[in-house]
Parts: sequence; structure tokens; C-alpha cells
Amino acid sequence: MKRKSRKVRLDVLKRIYGFLIYLFLFLPIIVIVVNSFNATTSKPYLSWKGFSFIWYTKIWENTELLSAFGNTMLIALITTAAATVIGSLGAIGMYRYNFHGKKTIDALLYIPVVIPEIVLGISLLTLFTKTNIPRGLLSLILAHVTFCIPYVIFNVRARLSGYDNSIEEASMDLGANRFQTFTQITLPVLLPGISGGALLAFTLSIDDVIVSYFTNGQTKTYPLKVMESIKSGVSPDVNVLSTVILVGTIALVVLTQTDILRKRKAA
Amino acid sequence: MEINQNAVLPVTGSGTKIHAVSRHKWKSNTLPALITVGPVTLWLAFFVAVPLVYVAVMSFCSIDSYYNVVFKFTLDNYARLLDINYVKIYGQSFLIAFASTAISILLAYPFSYLIARTKSHKKMLYYILVIIPFWTNSLIRIYGWRTFLGKYGWLNSALMALHLIQKPADFLYNRGTTILGMVYCLFPFMVLPLYTSIEKLDENLLEASADLGARKLPTLFHVILPLTAGGIFSGCIMVFIPTLGYFFVSDILGGGNADVIGNLIERQFQSGNNWPLGSALSIILIVITLVLVKTYQKCGGSMENFGA
Amino acid sequence: MDHKKKIVEISGVNKVYGENHVVKNLTLDVCEGEFLTLLGSSGCGKTTTLRMIAGFEEPTSGTICVEGENIDNKEPFERDVNTVFQSYALFPHMNIYDNIAYGLKMKKVPKAQISRRVPEMLDLVQMGGFEKRFPSQLSGGQKQRVAIARALINRPKVLLLDEPLGALDLKLRKQMQIELKRLQRKLNITFIYVTHDQEEALTMSDRIAVMHDGVLEQVGLPREIYDAPATKFVATFIGETNLFEGYVEREDAGLLTIVTENGRIPAKGKGFKKNDIVAVSVRPEKMKYSSEKMTGFEVPAQVKEHIFVGAVEKTIATLPNGNEIKLERLTGDIEVLGDVVYPYWNLDDARLLKSPSDTVVKAIDSGETLENVQPAAV
Repeated sequence: MKRKSRKVRLDVLKRIYGFLIYLFLFLPIIVIVVNSFNATTSKPYLSWKGFSFIWYTKIWENTELLSAFGNTMLIALITTAAATVIGSLGAIGMYRYNFHGKKTIDALLYIPVVIPEIVLGISLLTLFTKTNIPRGLLSLILAHVTFCIPYVIFNVRARLSGYDNSIEEASMDLGANRFQTFTQITLPVLLPGISGGALLAFTLSIDDVIVSYFTNGQTKTYPLKVMESIKSGVSPDVNVLSTVILVGTIALVVLTQTDILRKRKAA
Repeated sequence: MEINQNAVLPVTGSGTKIHAVSRHKWKSNTLPALITVGPVTLWLAFFVAVPLVYVAVMSFCSIDSYYNVVFKFTLDNYARLLDINYVKIYGQSFLIAFASTAISILLAYPFSYLIARTKSHKKMLYYILVIIPFWTNSLIRIYGWRTFLGKYGWLNSALMALHLIQKPADFLYNRGTTILGMVYCLFPFMVLPLYTSIEKLDENLLEASADLGARKLPTLFHVILPLTAGGIFSGCIMVFIPTLGYFFVSDILGGGNADVIGNLIERQFQSGNNWPLGSALSIILIVITLVLVKTYQKCGGSMENFGA
Repeated sequence: MDHKKKIVEISGVNKVYGENHVVKNLTLDVCEGEFLTLLGSSGCGKTTTLRMIAGFEEPTSGTICVEGENIDNKEPFERDVNTVFQSYALFPHMNIYDNIAYGLKMKKVPKAQISRRVPEMLDLVQMGGFEKRFPSQLSGGQKQRVAIARALINRPKVLLLDEPLGALDLKLRKQMQIELKRLQRKLNITFIYVTHDQEEALTMSDRIAVMHDGVLEQVGLPREIYDAPATKFVATFIGETNLFEGYVEREDAGLLTIVTENGRIPAKGKGFKKNDIVAVSVRPEKMKYSSEKMTGFEVPAQVKEHIFVGAVEKTIATLPNGNEIKLERLTGDIEVLGDVVYPYWNLDDARLLKSPSDTVVKAIDSGETLENVQPAAV
């Protein structure tokens, strides 16, 4: 009996601990979401003036914020596409072929992951200045692809580690040429890894602050717009957009993940 | 017997080193290898290797009176790193990094253990709930903390409503809140490697330890911690290194009272406009990163832990 | 087999991987409709040979012809041969129907025909009704049936099977052996089957090709391989045998006297001359023993152990030099442990093999007497 009651007490402790950690993680988000419904219209927009959707309607007036958001989405989409293609091909190639310098590529891959982002940011800034690559959408995309590629590769690589090479041989044995084998066998089997990598690339890109801060020129992304407005006091429309992005991302992930889960169940 | 030695790329297949023989075009691996590995190689070379080398070069350059970079060799930038005001900030930055890492691990280890070893069917949900907050912009979340802790924030309002304090307390703009922000931003980077390494723990080992008479604490120190050391180490690296560079966290929550090395670099590349000095400061971060990662690898750590 | 049409002709094929010479000058013909097994231990080159026929590997030199046509320049997807892989290699993202239909789709066979042939094929391998399942929902044996169906539906000229039963448990393996053989007879397709399991090879094959260290040691009917092994390797690899190594002391019209470490034994064989290094191979079931010396057979052996192995009981006896021999225990015989017996056999039941064993050659070169030489333990 003693053992049992001790176990129950421990269980309660575990629950409380878990709850506190999740509270810690979600607290600022709750603040943002709640404030997005704040009816206040006077700076610094902090005191609670009642629940309202006013900022959800007003957001259309803030064209600067919306265009920054548009930039962020555009950059994220192009970055995701480019990083996914380059990274997936790279992962497959590095898995399949042995060549000189493979270790060097592998080491280079970890650099964007482990060095502080600020170092990557300023080094890309110096590169773009030196090579006269105009700073704006182009430089932002180039920079974002750079730090997304490794994550795509790691995701695809994880999928490759359980990959049976003989299914490609089986495909060719059954009359499919190399291209057909790649599109009908290799890609579909690796798809969960590739889409996971793409999703990660997308979220990394829309969230990036530091690298964008150094490589943006005059082009504002949504995080940079937020940074600018923090100095003057964040208006609730930023909270609104953040809430919308959060809900959108959750929806995106739930949709794609359940799809993967369902497929995994069937497979 | 004719042995074709046109092999360019030896292929690994079934563990043996095979020299590709290019009698037929399709069997030559050169072209597919170039198509797959070529783009990523070029990209990493041009956007990672070249810029870092360039920063290293720039750290030895001078500036003219208009703050333009002049390719004239100098050690001045490195000499200036020893400026007492800078050294104080390094110290503060390390202090913040150490504290953030220590707090992260103390908070994250029991938590990771709980979610990694739960037998509940909600395990995946618990895991995803750790990541969801990080789908909102990190700046916005840090700003959320500032709102919460601010003079008119929820915390002060609550404390005043409970009559615990009479007038709003100053929670913001010190090292403590900066550390809070760092821990908050980097928490999942501690949880994920810990979660992976704890999940890999073989239940039988824990049972064996109990079977051999070890109580919970000895099992923790002699079995669980050593076996998850890789996760702990990589988690620490993933928290410690970024903490040195996260200038916006100390900007927003530290208000200039808790600058880290990242703030020094940011100033040189923005307002200060002394790129060679900023480059030299960046070299400090690169060296610290290299030393930590090399140590990690020497201790047998796998780089794959960083990819999670 | 000469009366049959040759379907695969492998001539002078070598395969070299870097430093490793994996297949050495292999020449082998496979006849239409036969079940040929490539038998050997791992690393003997049998799988590489199979992969060269399939087109996944290229011969370093030599040619492979199918139906008289050189296929060296054909890619795997252009060859009329199909493979059953050891790991099954079923496509994990496709259901069973799509797996089996894959080859036909690639050949652009009309849909109506595909939807008729796939269920037929599934019925043939006793997997009817499994169309909608995914590979991960099948057991090993079921996966194997699907893998066979997926290859056979293309009506290949030759079906290549790479240790297809290797991952199955013993009972299922026995069952699948019989089914595979039945299937092969029914469809009359040429099977080239790779295995390291000699019992499997003996059970299923029309002919067996034994490979060792990249060299084709012997090709023949299962009975020939077993009863008349051509080399020492074949004798020891297929079934159990007792080897007596030594040199020819006297040769007289096919009757020889062999000097071994344990004394002289008689043997029969053609093409041997004085001082040839040889090994006499006697299967346990052919070996008899007596409590008294028989004419010519004066090597004593001490009964050491009886082993019950199911249908028969085996006796292990020790020779004077410490080597062990195995015999089949005869009912009603003296069989007390420790007894000394004298093994003998019908000279026609033993096989005399050339045996260039290093230790024996060295001993003769240095003029030592064989009594001092420890032959390689078998």
C-alpha cells in the first residue's frame, strides 16, 4: 500500500512539473494571442480595454506590415523549393556515391547548424557586398537557402538510413529505366523525409531574424518589421498577424503530418 | 584479361569498394554523382566556405577614415579585442551562456525524461507541444515576455491585485531576464537531443540495474546519465553557442544592461560600421564553436545529434 | 543435358573489384527449362554471377549470352530475365497489386490485360485476395510469394533467385522449396538459384554448380555431385565426409596404396601416379567397421561418442593421429565407448581426389616421413 501511494504522489508531481514547463513555453504566446483581441487603440497598447476583433479588421490598413508579410511568404516558398531540391539531391548523392571530398562537404554542412547565426549573417553580408549581389529579395533567398539546405539533407538522410537499395534494382529488373525508377520508386519512398525537410525549411525561413537582419538591404521581412516596431511599441496588428501565422502553421503541419501518419499506417 | 580502369567514382555497395567500370554510359556514376552532389557542393562552397574565409581575411584588414575596408594587413583589430570594455562583455556573455545552459539542462532533463519514457499514447502530442511555440516568430515571443514582465504587464498586475507589491516592480532589463529569454528561445534545442538519447535507452538496462540492487539515484548516476551523455553534451552545445550571439534577446529583454558578444558584432556591422573589427569579434565565436565541437567529437559525440 | 537448348551461356567471365578477383574465368551453360543452382559459401562469387546475368554488375571480361544473343550491352531493364531478391525488395509504398503489375506497366501492357493477369498470378502463388495489402502487412513467407509473382508475371526467359528462402524459418523453407520446384515445373521457366544451403540445392535442383573462391569447382546432377565429388572442396562442402590425406605409394592397374599419417589404405582411381598427393573421401554412411582388421584396412579407430540425430545415429571415432571420423551406427554392432574398431569400405564407395595440400607437399619436399605431418583437419 505504501508503495502504491508513493507512486500516486510521484505521478501528481510529474504532472505538475510537465504542466509548468508547458506553461513556460506557451506563456508569451498566450500573451500575444490575448493581446491580438485587445480593443485598445492608444499607445503603448498594453492596458486591456476589452475584447474586440477591431485589430483583425484594421490589419488590412497596415500595408507596410502586409507587404513585409508577403515578402516573408515569397522568400519562404522559393527558399523551400530550392533548398528541398538541392538538399534532397545532395542527400541521395552523398548516400549513394563515394568520392573525394565527401567528408569536407559533410563538415561544411554542419557549419550553418552549429556556428552562431550572427556569424553566418555577417559573413554573407560581406560576401554580397564584395560580389555586388544586390541586397533585397535575392540576397535574402540566397541566405535562407544556405541555412535550410543542411536541415533538408539531415531529414532525407534519416529516411535513407532505412532505405533498401535493392528496390531500385528490382525496379530496373522489372523494366523501368533509371528515370522511371527515380520518379516511381526513389522519390515516393523518400517522400516523407523530403516533405519533412521542406516543412522544416519553410518554418526556418519564415522565422529567421538574425541572418535576414544582416542581408536584407531595404527589403523588410515580417520578423524584421516586428523588430523595427518593437522599438516603437508593437501595435496589436502585429499580434494579429502572429496569431494568424501560428494558426496557419499548426494547420499546415497537422494536415501534412496526419497525411504522413495515415500513409505510414497503411504502408 | 582486360580490366577497365576508367573508374572515376568508386561506389560503395555491400561494403566492398567497387571501381565503377564505364563500359556503358548508364553504369558510369560520374554523371549522376555530379547532378546530385554538384549543386549542394557549389552552394556550400560559395555561401559558407568562401564567406567565412573572407571574414577571416577581413579581420586582418584596416579601415580608412571613411570607414571603408582597406586591404592592408594589420593586427589592430585583434589588439582592440583586448579592450577592457570588451573583455567585460565577454565575461558577461559567458556568464549568461553558462547560466542559460545550466538552467536549460536542469529544466529540460527531467522534462525530456518524462515525455520520452511515458507509456501514454499521447507521447507524440507531448513532443509536438514542445515544438509548436516555436512556429511563432522568436522575436514576437520575446516581445510577449517583455509584455508579460513589463511595468504594466500581467505579472505586475497580478502581483498588485494580490497586494503582494504596492507599485510595479522592475523585472525587465537585467541579466536575469536576458537569461530567461535565452533559455526560452533555446529550450527545444536542449529537449530534442535529450529526448532522442533518453528514448534510445534500453528499458532492460534500467531493469538490470534495479535487479542488481541499485536504487533510483545510483541507477541515475551510473546508468542513465552516462548513457545519455551524448544527448546532454550536444544539447549544451546547441544552447551555449547561440547564446553568445543572440543579440536581439539581450536587446529586447536586457535593454543594454546584459550585452553579449553578438551585440558587439552587430554594432560593428550596423551603427559602428567597422567591419574588420566586427570580423575579428566573429572569429572569437568561430574559434569557440570549433573548440566545443571538436571536444564533443573527441568525446565520441556524433554530429548527427545536431541534425535532429 | 546436351540434347536440350542452351538458354544462358557464360563464357570466360571474370569479375574484379579493386584487388578482389571475385569470379575467376567462369564458363557455364544453362539449359532451357532447367533448375540450376549456384552453390557455395558466402563470398564465393555466386551472387556476383547472378547479378552479372541480371545486369547489375558488369563482367570485367568474358561474355554472357541469353538465347545466343550477347547481352553485355543491355541494361537490366532491357534484359528478359527477372530477379527474386534476397530482401524481397518489394516496393513499400505500393500495394501488392501495384507491386506485381509494375513490370507489366513498364512494358505498357494494356490495363485490361494487367487486371486479368495480376489476380491469376496471385492465385498461382496462393496469395489470392491480397491485392490491397501493403508489403509491411505481410509475413516473410507471404512477401516471398509476392516477390516471386512479381518476377514471374513478366514471363522471363530466366528467373534468377538470390537466396530467396534465406530469411525464412526452417519449416517454411522446406515448404517453399517444394512449392518453388512445383512452380518451376508447371511454368517450365529456367531457374538459376543461388544458395549456400547444400541440402536445399540437393532437394530442388536439376543440376548444381558448386563455386568456391570464385572458381567453378564442379557442375553436375545432384547425385553426381554427392556421389562423385570432383574436388576436395566439393566432397567436404556437400554432405559429410571423412578425408584420408596422403600420397600414392604404389599404383597397379587402377588399384593404389595410399600412405596416410595413420597407416596405409587401399584405393581405386584412374589417372594417378606414384607420389601424387591425394585425399580419399568416404561418406559416413558408406563406412563400415569391424572389430578385427580387414584385408588392407588396418587403421584402428577408437569409438568416442554416439550422437542421436533423428533418423539415424552417428558414431564418432578417433584415429591414431587424433583426427575424428564419422560413421553411421549400425544396429546390433559392438559399440561400447572406448572400443577399438577397424573402419573399412567398399573401394567403389570411396572417392579418390587430387589434394594439393600445402602441409603434405612440404613434408614430401623436405623428405620427412608422413608420420610426422599433421594433415589439415577436416
